[in-house]
Amino acid sequence: MKSLAELEAIRKSTLERINLRKEEKGEVTRVVIGMATCGIAAGARPVMLAFMDEIQKRHLEHVTVSQTGCIGMCRLEPMVDVILPGKDKVTYVHVKPEMVSRIVAEHIVNGRPVDEYTIGAAENA
Amino acid sequence: MDIYRSHVLVCGGTGCSSSGSATLIERFNEKLAENNLEKEVKVIRTGCFGLCEAGPVVIVYPDGTFYSRVKPENVDEIVTEHLLKGRKVEHLVYTDHATREQNAEKALEDITFYKHQHRIALRNCGVIDPENIDEYLAMDGYRALEKALTSMTREQVIDEILKSGLRGRGGGGFPTGLKWKFTYNSQSDQKYVACNADEGDPGAFMDRSILEGDPHAIIEAMAIAGYAIGASEGYIYVRAEYPIAVKRLTVAINQAREYGLLGKDIFGTGFNFDLFIRLGAGAFVCGEETALMHSIEGKRGEPTTRPPFPAVKGLFAKPTMLNNVETYANVAQIILHGADWYASMGTEKSKGTKVFALGGKINNTGLVEVPMGTTLRTIIYDIGGGIPNGKKFKAVQTGGPSGGCLPESLLDTPVDYDNLIAAGSMMGSGGMIVMDEDNCMVDIARFYLDFICDESCGKCTPCRIGTKRMLEILNRIVNGKGKEGDIEKLEELAQTIKSTALCGLGQTAPNPVISTLRFFRDEYEAHIRDKKCPAHHCQALLQYVITDKCRGCTACARVCPAQAISGEVKKQHHIDPDKCLKCGACMEKCRFGAIVKI
Repeated sequence: MKSLAELEAIRKSTLERINLRKEEKGEVTRVVIGMATCGIAAGARPVMLAFMDEIQKRHLEHVTVSQTGCIGMCRLEPMVDVILPGKDKVTYVHVKPEMVSRIVAEHIVNGRPVDEYTIGAAENA
Repeated sequence: MDIYRSHVLVCGGTGCSSSGSATLIERFNEKLAENNLEKEVKVIRTGCFGLCEAGPVVIVYPDGTFYSRVKPENVDEIVTEHLLKGRKVEHLVYTDHATREQNAEKALEDITFYKHQHRIALRNCGVIDPENIDEYLAMDGYRALEKALTSMTREQVIDEILKSGLRGRGGGGFPTGLKWKFTYNSQSDQKYVACNADEGDPGAFMDRSILEGDPHAIIEAMAIAGYAIGASEGYIYVRAEYPIAVKRLTVAINQAREYGLLGKDIFGTGFNFDLFIRLGAGAFVCGEETALMHSIEGKRGEPTTRPPFPAVKGLFAKPTMLNNVETYANVAQIILHGADWYASMGTEKSKGTKVFALGGKINNTGLVEVPMGTTLRTIIYDIGGGIPNGKKFKAVQTGGPSGGCLPESLLDTPVDYDNLIAAGSMMGSGGMIVMDEDNCMVDIARFYLDFICDESCGKCTPCRIGTKRMLEILNRIVNGKGKEGDIEKLEELAQTIKSTALCGLGQTAPNPVISTLRFFRDEYEAHIRDKKCPAHHCQALLQYVITDKCRGCTACARVCPAQAISGEVKKQHHIDPDKCLKCGACMEKCRFGAIVKI
């Protein structure tokens, strides 16, 4: 027998799991990882797993992780786009798993892109 | 509980299961494991998406890519391309019938098939895993039960249903709230709620889909109904021919018991309620309420006269409230969102939405749910995608064997209970069979009457003997042996059966004949007087002939199983009508369109 509070908890945690099946595109933060051959070779897979891990740890709703193909800048892979609802796309380059928690905390949760990881910073360096 | 980055939804409804979706799921799991993706991508078997024509259907989230007609060998490609590298497999993406576009970048709701729909009863079908109660809970499941039990009186629940204007979705269209009220008013130590899932109309499969795709919605609604009328037990009468529905319902009932949503003292409110499944053995008449209840009791499935109505004396001689699956599927939503919300949809006398099963000569065979008052034209042409192969629309049959056929001139009729009856048909359970110029209306009437004759329980004379006589006349007509006076005799029999048969099955049995006589009388007359079938469908009344388009290629003569075709090479051939079996093999084979039916 489950109490009302327990049912509510199940609702909440299940909703987190199945949220990505809703199609309210505008409300969702998208993390898009370059996963073509170049991206995978440069280590995109551990990066993606790190993102999923972090999102799960923080119980973030309305965040989806998806992959995309090669956009031609293979030298900058692994590349990750973070698109907050209503905001411009921010592209991170040479992403490593250990950088992920900072991107999630500062950008996805608090809305401040991590400037030093972005493509702009890499191009200027 | 793990988070996956991608969910692959594979339809596990009966339609897609029969086109191999179970193999797809196995293959997906195999391939995902091979590519080490099993911790990132989850495969979920859902209920029916409604677009059965395009099955097996697979949807990949978060991007919502809609793949149709997926074969097991396509799975490898979807896994290695889409799920591993994020590249959609373009050639498998669903093509919209209306716009000829692929939906690669489109949300599911923007596909023409779904755009005009408003899904309430089907809201969770194809969205959740029906065998996982947690997913149902996440979609606000059992919140309505919670609301009813903890914050509403029994009278308030009944009042809400009454105000919503919900009417019985099984076909009769009786106001659901009234039924609840009558049963509530009956005094008894024991009352029952029952669910009619003995869906028997040829071409209707919405109840099956709801049970397969969202079984908890029915359980929740029956518990609410039990609370409202004061019943502690409920029965679901479901056909044994629906094995997937029965299985998922059983799983769902067990899960609900485990969570304390069925059983004793639900939510600590002191309300007890439990549910049991009874299997029907496939008799059409058991969808009639009195016959259904006799069958649940273990007796022969035969109707009895009313009154007493089930609300007074039903199952085991106790007050019983019986509703159809689709009716129940609306209940939780009404309690949750209020009667006003529900009543804001639909027409003056028919509120809310209705599910229709589209079948026959139509591009998008499947299940659609639209607000009441949507026109037949919108349903058939916009959602259904029109008639295949450029053929001309002739009629749409609504309401199953108790309904009727509506011609093109009535296509702009807004569909609701009263309009359909005024037009000479009925809502029925919502089957919609589309017919094109190749369908013979006399033969359609004959088909339905044949079905009724098979399914008549035999208890009352008008139905047992009357429908048989009607069938004999119709058989005579389609075989070219019709005589003057046959139409009048059919009409007389129809009226007599209508007014004297014991139950709903018999009273509505002549409807297919009455409605086709009303709109397609000329076809009957052509059969009887001219011995011609205008649709070139009735074999006894047609002849295959070879026209001067014939090039004398001899292909037809070689394929003819009866050696009925003769002629010299490069000269026009000829069919001997005495030998011809009318199998149509020659017509199929001819590359020049030289063979026609007259």
